Amino acid sequence: MRPTDTSDPQYYHKVVDCQWGCPAHTDVPGYIRLIAQAKFTDAYMLNRQSNVFPGILGRVCDRPCEPACRRGRLEADGEEEPVAICRLKRVAADNRDEVRHLLKQPDKSGPGRGKKIACVGAGPASLTVANDLLPLGYDITIFEALNVGGGLMRSNIPSFRLPVEVINDEIGMIVERGVTLKCNHPINSMKSLLEDEGFDAVFVGTGAPKGKNLSIPGREEARANIHIGIEWLESVAFDHIEKIGKNVLIIGVGNTAMDCCRTSLRLGADNVKVMARKPRAFFKASAWELDDAEEENVEIIINRSPKAFVLEDGKLVGMTFEEMEYDVDAEGNITDTRVAGDVTYPCDDVILAIGQDNAFPWIERDLGIEFDKWEVPVVDKVSYESTRPGLFFGGDAAFGPLNIIWAVEHGHQAGISIHKYCQGESVSERMPKGMTLESAKMGIHEWSYSNDYDDADRLLVPHVGLKDRFKKLNIEVELGFTAEQAAEEVERCLNCDIQTVFTEKLCIECDACIDVCPVDCLTITTNGDEADLRGRLSAPAINPEEDLLVSDSLPQTGRVMVKDEDLCVHCGLCAERCPTAAWDMQKFTLEKPHAVNEAGAPFQKQEVA
Amino acid sequence: MSFMKKPTVRHPGLPRNDLGLTVRDYEGGMSTLCAGCGHDAITGAIVQAAHELSIPPHGFAKLSGIGCSSKTPAYFLGASHGFNSCHGRMPSVATGANAANRDLHYIGVSGDGDSLSIGFGQFAHAMRRNVNMLYLVENNGVYGLTKGQFSASADIGSTAKKGEENLQPPIDPCQAALTLGASFVARSFSGDKEQLVPLLKAGLQHRGFGMIDIISPCVTFNDHEGSTKSYSYSRQHFHKAISADFVPPSETIKAQYSEGASMPIELHDGSKIILRKVDGAYDPTDKAAAAIYLRERQSAGEITTGLLYINEAQQEMHDLAGSSDTPMNQIPYERLNPGSDMLKKIQSRMR
Ligand SMILES: Cc1cc2nc3c(=O)[nH]c(=O)nc-3n(C[C@H](O)[C@H](O)[C@H](O)COP(=O)(O)OP(=O)(O)OC[C@H]3O[C@@H](n4cnc5c(N)ncnc54)[C@H](O)[C@@H]3O)c2cc1C
Ligand SMILES: Cc1ncc(C[n+]2csc(CCOP(=O)(O)OP(=O)(O)O)c2C)c(N)n1
Ligand code: SF4
Ligand code: SF4
Ligand code: SF4
Ligand code: SF4
Ligand SMILES: [Mg+2]
Repeated sequence: MRPTDTSDPQYYHKVVDCQWGCPAHTDVPGYIRLIAQAKFTDAYMLNRQSNVFPGILGRVCDRPCEPACRRGRLEADGEEEPVAICRLKRVAADNRDEVRHLLKQPDKSGPGRGKKIACVGAGPASLTVANDLLPLGYDITIFEALNVGGGLMRSNIPSFRLPVEVINDEIGMIVERGVTLKCNHPINSMKSLLEDEGFDAVFVGTGAPKGKNLSIPGREEARANIHIGIEWLESVAFDHIEKIGKNVLIIGVGNTAMDCCRTSLRLGADNVKVMARKPRAFFKASAWELDDAEEENVEIIINRSPKAFVLEDGKLVGMTFEEMEYDVDAEGNITDTRVAGDVTYPCDDVILAIGQDNAFPWIERDLGIEFDKWEVPVVDKVSYESTRPGLFFGGDAAFGPLNIIWAVEHGHQAGISIHKYCQGESVSERMPKGMTLESAKMGIHEWSYSNDYDDADRLLVPHVGLKDRFKKLNIEVELGFTAEQAAEEVERCLNCDIQTVFTEKLCIECDACIDVCPVDCLTITTNGDEADLRGRLSAPAINPEEDLLVSDSLPQTGRVMVKDEDLCVHCGLCAERCPTAAWDMQKFTLEKPHAVNEAGAPFQKQEVA
Repeated sequence: MSFMKKPTVRHPGLPRNDLGLTVRDYEGGMSTLCAGCGHDAITGAIVQAAHELSIPPHGFAKLSGIGCSSKTPAYFLGASHGFNSCHGRMPSVATGANAANRDLHYIGVSGDGDSLSIGFGQFAHAMRRNVNMLYLVENNGVYGLTKGQFSASADIGSTAKKGEENLQPPIDPCQAALTLGASFVARSFSGDKEQLVPLLKAGLQHRGFGMIDIISPCVTFNDHEGSTKSYSYSRQHFHKAISADFVPPSETIKAQYSEGASMPIELHDGSKIILRKVDGAYDPTDKAAAAIYLRERQSAGEITTGLLYINEAQQEMHDLAGSSDTPMNQIPYERLNPGSDMLKKIQSRMR
């Protein structure tokens, strides 16, 4: 292999699995170290820089960082679990001081002065656009159909998972700095917004607002007791619905279904069943959402495909399902499907939670905005621009339903595009990512981070007891880590951003690093192509997703140093045992541009310790 | 040295040997030697060899004298038996231990100072008795532990860190071993595990005294320009006379070995060493030729490495002494100590 180009920021960026996995590339190990030092406000601000809503996301983020976390791939006494990244984010939010004075205030003489931006919908995507463009002096108006901002975070995510005060606080941090938020103001015509109101650019963050229906016999007749999940949750959130029948069936097994079943329990149901068409391995809901629902005694029934609603005297009394059987191959794919028979479950209400669609009835089709065959606008994956210049889409409105952290990232990218568009620059020529590297060495075998491996198990977050939590709809179930628990959990983080940096000309091939590495990720060997090298490493390469770091030829024998990045625990022992400092541990900081950086602002310096 | 322990976390894909153990189960404590010391790499090679042989860790006894090298048994095979003797006295302790329990695998770790100066007499007699053990001379040309004085293996003209030249001729542990009766003589280099690990395995499975002289650079006192035991000097003057591959009894010999150029030698336990001659004329079963060859290559400035001599037929200490096949700890007390009546009988026979 050719020597690895570590001057490309993507190389070391990818080593930080959590940050790489986070759509907004939050500096996870950075904020975890700050929490370890009880610098909660700094930890919050570091989070906010990337993900804008740390208090919200510290509770309900989809957390793609956690399955990506390196810790989860290791083995000590048994299999390891990922660091509780999301829960630690909440610790920063719960324990921080006031931060409003730390936020960037609008620069009235900034590059955005005199430019008017419209955002449609007040969900996380639009709010992020506003957050990023405000400091540059843009005049921002958000139009929201409902009487309050927040999007699905407010209308659909139940308050027992996400308290209203947290939403108010974090939206307030954006709106209070001078955004015009026009509630009860649905946009009914894109044409008039674009042509009559004099905006320099428009961002659409209206989400995917249409819940999927289920057209089977009895649907029309029983409609009084059949609810579309996201509409029903919205009605509950705004107090239009306050109770539900005793026996409730939830159709579908995604995250919306989990919120519907748990909400039902709080509105008077005592027998709630979630009906899944396929076996457990095919469930869409996140593992922790399933756990939380099952903890509340929700029954999940697999292999049931909806067939008909059953009515008696014009009233819903049950629902019939086909009993499904599946053949599954070794890779877990379904190879054959059979119907074994029918089964009917009695019920008083049914909630449909089988997915969401985009819907843009308010966008006229003669404005130069191209739609694809699914009636979704064509949006550029980098700039988020539609086929009409100056019109941008983001969040669930752009590529269908995703989650909050993706909506935030779309907002950041659209923010950059809107800024460039308004400045007359090309939206496709964007500032590349950068990085800084700084040695973490403080003395002989002394590092600026806690390098020793802590073999503690992942801590569980305490929950409100199974009786008390149902007393009111808005009792937050998760209590969050205490400061003591957080202090334990932070030590589980491996500090993957403290990179192993190799200087081949210093290496004398003494093998010390090879022998000391606890996870056997280093090898000195003759060079070869990647597949060949992967077959000759000290320990088998079991994860082809992770890169090999390959050095140039070593001075004494011409062999190469190869590091399999997969399982490095960043303990620094290779650097401690190296007589010549050919290995060094260096703190990597990703410089990911946001709109302010495109406008010339320097990147904020992150301290090592 | 590092202040933290090597974490217990491990690679989930580590191969397991016949006993279900990973290489991590053969490690010892964290080394306190200087970072980059050749001795640590030898420790790593021993761990690897012991794991690959699937010998249970408690089937080993590790013994040493005094020196940086002699400290290393603390860093491998944490679950084995061990004895750290006084300076140069490890061979007699090993001889005694082996006499009492012939079932263990003995690894003696010594240095050039420990073996070639203060312990030379002991070293010689253990070889003369052909004690069944693997004896490693971790050879760095200096007394590392006492801050780098020349040892008896330092070459003429090799310079110390501050420039003084060594004027006395070196003792070559391999020549000594050939002369004094060791039945397995090899040389290797701490920086070449590919060569060293098979030699360690062969030496452990050989019955009799296996002596391996391992060039093991002292990074702190003898890795400078002018030293003949530095990493770079060793690499430049390294000459592989013969390569030895170790094949366990369960494996058949792969076809890649062409007849003539390779030579299988069967060990007592059924495992084999396949010798691949790099130098066509070399015959590692011919002791006299080996001694001459070593001397010639040495005058040509080369460090000859590989399995230099092997004699599987030579009797070891227990054969010579006709001692019991059973380790003493398994012989019933009444037989070990037949009592005062028997003592009287024996004494009467001697009157
Ligand atoms: C039940 C449920 C639970 C969820 N749980 C989670 C979770 O735990 N974690 C997570 O990360 N994600 C979750 N999601 C997904 C997440 O809420 C969304 O992906 C995210 O809110 C999308 O943000 P957005 O800014 O694109 O739009 P939205 O949040 O959908 O906001 C769009 C806003 O636009 C307004 N609007 C729509 N049309 C118009 C118009 N024409 N004029 C004016 N305003 C308009 C809407 O009223 C709404 O306020 C959940 C979704 C649902 C349905
Ligand atoms: C009886 C006795 N004499 C002298 C010493 C001092 N001493 C300690 S280690 C050593 C030499 C060790 O040299 P070597 O065996 O080459 O080991 P190295 O440290 O080089 O690995 C000496 C002379 C001692 N400990 N005991
Ligand atoms: S161990 Fe820490 S730095 Fe590494 S991936 Fe997990 S959370 Fe991120
Ligand atoms: S920091 Fe070095 S020694 Fe530690 S796991 Fe990574 S490569 Fe191995
Ligand atoms: S410890 Fe340092 S000098 Fe020794 S092999 Fe590793 S990188 Fe090279
Ligand atoms: S002094 Fe030399 S022999 Fe001793 S530990 Fe240090 S490098 Fe090794
Ligand atoms: Mg020495």
